Amino acid sequence: MDVLKRVPISEQPADVRNKNFEEVCLGYTKEEAMEEASRCINCKNAQCVKGCPVSIDIPGFVEQVKNGNMEEAFRIIGESSALPAVCGRVCPQESQCEGKCIRGIKGEPVSIGKLERFVADYARENKVAVSMPEHKNGKKVAVIGSGPAGLTCAGDLAKLGYDVTIFEALHEAGGVLVYGIPEFRLPKETVVKSEIENVKALGVKIETNVIIGKSITIDQLMEEEGFAAVFIGSGAGLPKFMGIPGENANGVFSANEFLTRNNLMKAFLEDYDTPISKGKKVAVIGGGNVAMDAARTALRLGAETHIVYRRSEEELPARVEEVHHAKEEGVIFDLLTNPTEILVNEDGWVKGMKCVKMELGEPDESGRRRPQVIEGSEFELELDTVIMALGTAPNPLISSTTKGLDINKWKCIVAEEETGATTKPGVFAGGDAVTGAATVILAMGAGKAAAKGIHEYLQNKQ
Amino acid sequence: MYKINVKEKLADKIFLMVVEAPRVARSCEPGQFVIVKMDEKGERIPLTICDYNRATGEVTIVFQIVGASTERMARLNAGDYFSDFVGPLGRASELVEESAESLKNKKILFVAGGVGTAPVYPQVKWLHEQGVAADVVVGAKTKDMLILQEEMEKVAGNLYVATDDGSFGFKGLVTEVVKELVENKGKTYDVCIAIGPMIMMKFVTILTKQLNIPTVVSLNPIMVDGTGMCGACRVTVGGEVKFACVDGPEFDGHLVNFDEAMKRQQMYKTEEGRAILKLREGDTHHGGCGHCGGDK
Ligand SMILES: Cc1cc2nc3c(=O)[nH]c(=O)nc-3n(C[C@H](O)[C@H](O)[C@H](O)COP(=O)(O)OP(=O)(O)OC[C@H]3O[C@@H](n4cnc5c(N)ncnc54)[C@H](O)[C@@H]3O)c2cc1C
Ligand SMILES: Cc1cc2nc3c(=O)[nH]c(=O)nc-3n(C[C@H](O)[C@H](O)[C@H](O)COP(=O)(O)OP(=O)(O)OC[C@H]3O[C@@H](n4cnc5c(N)ncnc54)[C@H](O)[C@@H]3O)c2cc1C
Ligand code: SF4
Ligand code: SF4
Ligand code: FES
Repeated sequence: MDVLKRVPISEQPADVRNKNFEEVCLGYTKEEAMEEASRCINCKNAQCVKGCPVSIDIPGFVEQVKNGNMEEAFRIIGESSALPAVCGRVCPQESQCEGKCIRGIKGEPVSIGKLERFVADYARENKVAVSMPEHKNGKKVAVIGSGPAGLTCAGDLAKLGYDVTIFEALHEAGGVLVYGIPEFRLPKETVVKSEIENVKALGVKIETNVIIGKSITIDQLMEEEGFAAVFIGSGAGLPKFMGIPGENANGVFSANEFLTRNNLMKAFLEDYDTPISKGKKVAVIGGGNVAMDAARTALRLGAETHIVYRRSEEELPARVEEVHHAKEEGVIFDLLTNPTEILVNEDGWVKGMKCVKMELGEPDESGRRRPQVIEGSEFELELDTVIMALGTAPNPLISSTTKGLDINKWKCIVAEEETGATTKPGVFAGGDAVTGAATVILAMGAGKAAAKGIHEYLQNKQ
Repeated sequence: MYKINVKEKLADKIFLMVVEAPRVARSCEPGQFVIVKMDEKGERIPLTICDYNRATGEVTIVFQIVGASTERMARLNAGDYFSDFVGPLGRASELVEESAESLKNKKILFVAGGVGTAPVYPQVKWLHEQGVAADVVVGAKTKDMLILQEEMEKVAGNLYVATDDGSFGFKGLVTEVVKELVENKGKTYDVCIAIGPMIMMKFVTILTKQLNIPTVVSLNPIMVDGTGMCGACRVTVGGEVKFACVDGPEFDGHLVNFDEAMKRQQMYKTEEGRAILKLREGDTHHGGCGHCGGDK
């Protein structure tokens, strides 16, 4: 065994998986996991832990994997993370835990994410029970939104003995984990549902089909339904469009719509009622995780699929693994390309897109080189579908219906990082609703911090 | 789960259901809508709230069979359940916000088409209870397709009925009735509220623009979530893109780009839905089915 190299992990072959929605990565076997774990040198001052936003005791759990003690490994991870099967799959590990791993200096870093995933899957398959709260304190806390932030906050509060109810606007719990991230990256039935069941097993109630700000307001929750504190984990769900001509044509979708139809509503399965427009030639505008997910979904539905991105490959904000997978599967990358107009036929459907070529100029404030248009480089792409994956912003439904809740100029809820406290007493917030679109693990971290903040607040209030 | 307490057939293909949904009943206002889902595999279907009872926690919806999902929904009966029933969505009618005093001095005209009569009824009833008598024009294909006729009679100032085939009331379109009322019967109106098929609302707004009557329409574009998350429901109003589920569903009819809205509504129309629409509308079919090109 070459200790500089990772134990390879099996995946569905690219030309098989690009036609199905089953998970791409098949995960380690127990033996493979133990072998990979043995590459960890159990650093004293482990850098990897500093790269993890929730500071999982990585050397601790990896050591247990190495020795084959999967239950103990699961318990260690559980001290810091409520959704290990999810994070092991979708965290941008290359810039977090694995990005800091000492093994990465000379060779390949330890596959921390894949090991975390293995432990969580093992625990699920072998029904390792979550530890139950010992006492109930009878105090009610409301959690708005059932994404990673809400689930984590609710789970932690339940462990502290609170009577927690999650209110979710959609008909299913999970937030982006169910409506956004596709099945082939994050299986819904096996992984997401069971992580939600774990949270429910702690005594958390989930009431779906309740839109806070419409069905009931935060003030009503506190004044009429007896909730002593509220956590807002409502995410950043509002899609952005470019504002170019032709954008309202039939065949132009936000990535949110396209992914929601496919993931939440399961349009890719014959026996579900919700329709989806499959397209023959699809362009996805954008270069983040959302764009990769939309492109790989369109591809699986049978379309020739292009990613159109205005900067170069180096600047693609998506996880490296996802870009790599997308390429393997046959997604075509049109980089340094920017759309200027969507061309529409007489029936109102997309027939193409006008684009310009870009080149990279001086670095901007973010340090990324600013793309600028190359004069006279206009060209047309023939297409029938355009998917906009340009980012999202928080929904104003809650902030506009809650007295005393401040938002900033990006419409994000203002909250203290340490405690999640907002400008309204008793109301806390975290996750994408506060930071704008970010990551699962950061949302979880914020949910954790807020659970602590809420606990302190309610204890001091007595 | 949300129990169906009452199911009634109002006309051929048009059904009324009273559903137990306490949270919606407690906070909804006229003009808002709900999204229902029948079961695990069902789609999310937006429907206007036609009536509600805060005391019993019930909400009334009225729907028409136009395609696969509404067809399936019509097979549900009293005692059955919807797996999901979420709301209230969208903004309440502006009328509700106005004081009774200012309403009393207003001459209000409602124009309802087909199943659009159902959401108009509670608004007229509400005004009646405030002591305001509104004129109502109702249009339907035939006498058999007329709904809530007697109920409307009781609460409307004047009720005018038009059927396409003349089997009841005036023979012709609602727009002809409105024209007649204003141009020949000396009627004046301060505001018109039109709810019905897109194509009807389009022609009503063209007319009321000529007649100088401010007009509110209730748009029903394709929707998924109904909370502003997907953008499927985007419509152009006064040159600006709006999400009908959060910015509407009611808009200033004179600013709506109906041609675009009608095209967008047809995006997922099933063959079956298109066939039914064409069949049902027969010679009066103005297009909007996205199929026959009759709207061009
Ligand atoms: C397609 C896609 C791919 C992604 N890929 C990755 C990835 O690979 N790795 C990664 O780390 N991150 C990824 N992300 C980002 C990550 O999913 C989010 O940062 C994370 O889910 C945010 O969690 P949250 O709990 O703050 O909000 P969300 O997950 O957005 O959950 C918010 C929940 O609140 C509900 N809600 C909103 N408003 C209300 C209301 N008024 N009342 C009641 N409920 C309400 C929503 O319906 C939703 O269920 C991806 C995001 C998308 C869209
Ligand atoms: C805010 C709002 C309020 C509505 N109120 C009512 C009401 O009170 N009573 C009523 O009968 N109908 C109402 N509708 C329309 C109703 O939602 C559609 O008739 C229904 O979705 C059609 O589904 P289908 O599968 O039977 O038809 P199909 O023709 O098979 O539909 C195919 C697809 O097109 C979409 N679709 C078709 N027609 C419409 C439409 N008119 N509006 C939106 N999407 C459509 C559906 O999402 C479906 O996925 C309303 C729509 C909106 C947006
Ligand atoms: S939660 Fe994410 S960052 Fe932390 S150890 Fe796991 S994969 Fe790495
Ligand atoms: S930095 Fe790498 S080698 Fe060191 S403890 Fe962390 S995972 Fe193990
Ligand atoms: S229905 Fe999704 S944004 Fe309006």
